[in-house]
Amino acid sequence: MKLRLHALGDAALLCELPPPATLAHQQKIWALAAEARQWRGVREVLPGMNNLTLVFDPAAIEQAELEMQVLTAWPQLAGAAIEGRDILIPVAYGGDDGPDLGDVAAHTGLTPDEVVRRHTGATYVVYLLGFLPGFGFLGGLPPELATPRRAEPRTAVPARSVGIGGEQTGVYPLVSPGGWQLIGRTPLALFDPLAAEPTLLRPGDRVRFVAESVRT
Amino acid sequence: MIVVVKPGMLASVQDLGRHGHRERGICPGGALDALALALGNRLVGNADGAAGLELTLGNCELRFECMTRIALTGDDFGATLDGLPVRANWSLPVRAGQTLRLGALNAAGTAKAGLRSWLAVAGGVDVPEILGSRSTDLKAGFGGHEGRALKKGDRLPLGRPSLDALQMAQRSFGLRGPAWAIDGVEDAEPADAISLRVMPGPEYAQFTAASHRALWNDPWHITPQSNRMGSRLEGTALARERTLDMLSSGVIPGTLQVPPSGQPIILMGDAQTTGGYPRIGVVIRADLWKLAQAPLKGRLRLVQVDGVEAQSAWLAQELYLRQVAQGLASAGWPVAARARANALSSPHEAGEHDAD
Repeated sequence: MKLRLHALGDAALLCELPPPATLAHQQKIWALAAEARQWRGVREVLPGMNNLTLVFDPAAIEQAELEMQVLTAWPQLAGAAIEGRDILIPVAYGGDDGPDLGDVAAHTGLTPDEVVRRHTGATYVVYLLGFLPGFGFLGGLPPELATPRRAEPRTAVPARSVGIGGEQTGVYPLVSPGGWQLIGRTPLALFDPLAAEPTLLRPGDRVRFVAESVRT
Repeated sequence: MIVVVKPGMLASVQDLGRHGHRERGICPGGALDALALALGNRLVGNADGAAGLELTLGNCELRFECMTRIALTGDDFGATLDGLPVRANWSLPVRAGQTLRLGALNAAGTAKAGLRSWLAVAGGVDVPEILGSRSTDLKAGFGGHEGRALKKGDRLPLGRPSLDALQMAQRSFGLRGPAWAIDGVEDAEPADAISLRVMPGPEYAQFTAASHRALWNDPWHITPQSNRMGSRLEGTALARERTLDMLSSGVIPGTLQVPPSGQPIILMGDAQTTGGYPRIGVVIRADLWKLAQAPLKGRLRLVQVDGVEAQSAWLAQELYLRQVAQGLASAGWPVAARARANALSSPHEAGEHDAD
């Protein structure tokens, strides 16, 4: 796994792996993030999918020195250093909470109940948070549930909606424009800026959805 | 207390930003022109990171209910205090009951006139600190004043002014603004364009040679569809040699990302933390303030620089801030000047001075 380094402006360094994105790759990215967080001059670590951005203070560390530190640390990192938690997300599927459940069923050729059964049957891994505060990019959607985004994105997806977009699934923490197929909604807050832990999810967590109700 | 009589197009409470939470998807936000806010704060005896107001396109009216000291930075939009002119980068006392008005048109009336103004008030705008910042996160709806843009009738509490601000009593004084003082590339350029220095981004090499030429040589215009999340540019469509799949990856303010339309977007403080579009370049930190003030429909020129040039541009900005500190010290502003020199280069530490 050869790491490519590239400046992202004059105070950030991108470290990225060649595709494809795999869980093994991502675990090393998390491990590098955990390590780099301790370094002098590193202000923020931001895992992406198969990559890590380090925001640094050039007055405290030069980019060349930071690159050297990354390349020295990289081969010595253990993959599974991060300890993820198990998070259960209760979901009311279908009806007003998930207006697109029928469309996903039609596209996949499954019944709505079967879509829910398979969506709740899988364990997902939080690869990273991005896009919105507390929005988790989840890996592990059963391939047969993949459904293209809606042709016309919604201008305001309700907060806490659970959706499928292409080969991804996730939960919208806030009201936001969005093109994903909405299959349900959770009562859990994904983001609370006043809480000690402002986001429900963290990279490395394992997520399972639990059906509270299904309306078809 | 400040009463918002008329907020203008978009007014919000901002400080130097909410740092350290990108990995949770929380954007840094903050004053889009951090230099302008810091200057204003120094002029009223605050720490650089005190919260002020970011005002957009003038047309704004604010009433002060207590005696205080203010400084307006960025574009002055022909501002007046009870009818008397208020210049940008001046520090002046305000009596209870006085009203600050920003005009609907920018003062200069030229293509180079600005877009935003920042108001610093002695003691800072005293809204609750959330996740280490008083900035308004408009998209997520928290921070600042009730997590939203300011509305008519809002009342904003002020913190206690520093001893410096009180000692200045009725004196007024001003500073040379950064556009005059920082020696950039502006001298050699046509007067109707703003130059931004840009480092090639991680996906730069994926773009065609024609796109590279267009990026550096063609004029770019800022479209009115721009906001605190991004400045949308219009110009020659940029294209990659072939369409490669992009995985979600970090973006920072200043990133020039190119969506399928080929028209780049320069991400601003409220942009999302990760993106999926190729990053052809990144505006250097020292030029972000120019971007924040670049007028809508204004012309931009993008100038290629490397990391070494970016660092020397940053040092030039720090030198300017040091000159500001010295100038303020000679005007009898010693405590503020000493304590806050260089605070801009360390936004994480800036917050620690807030309790001064």
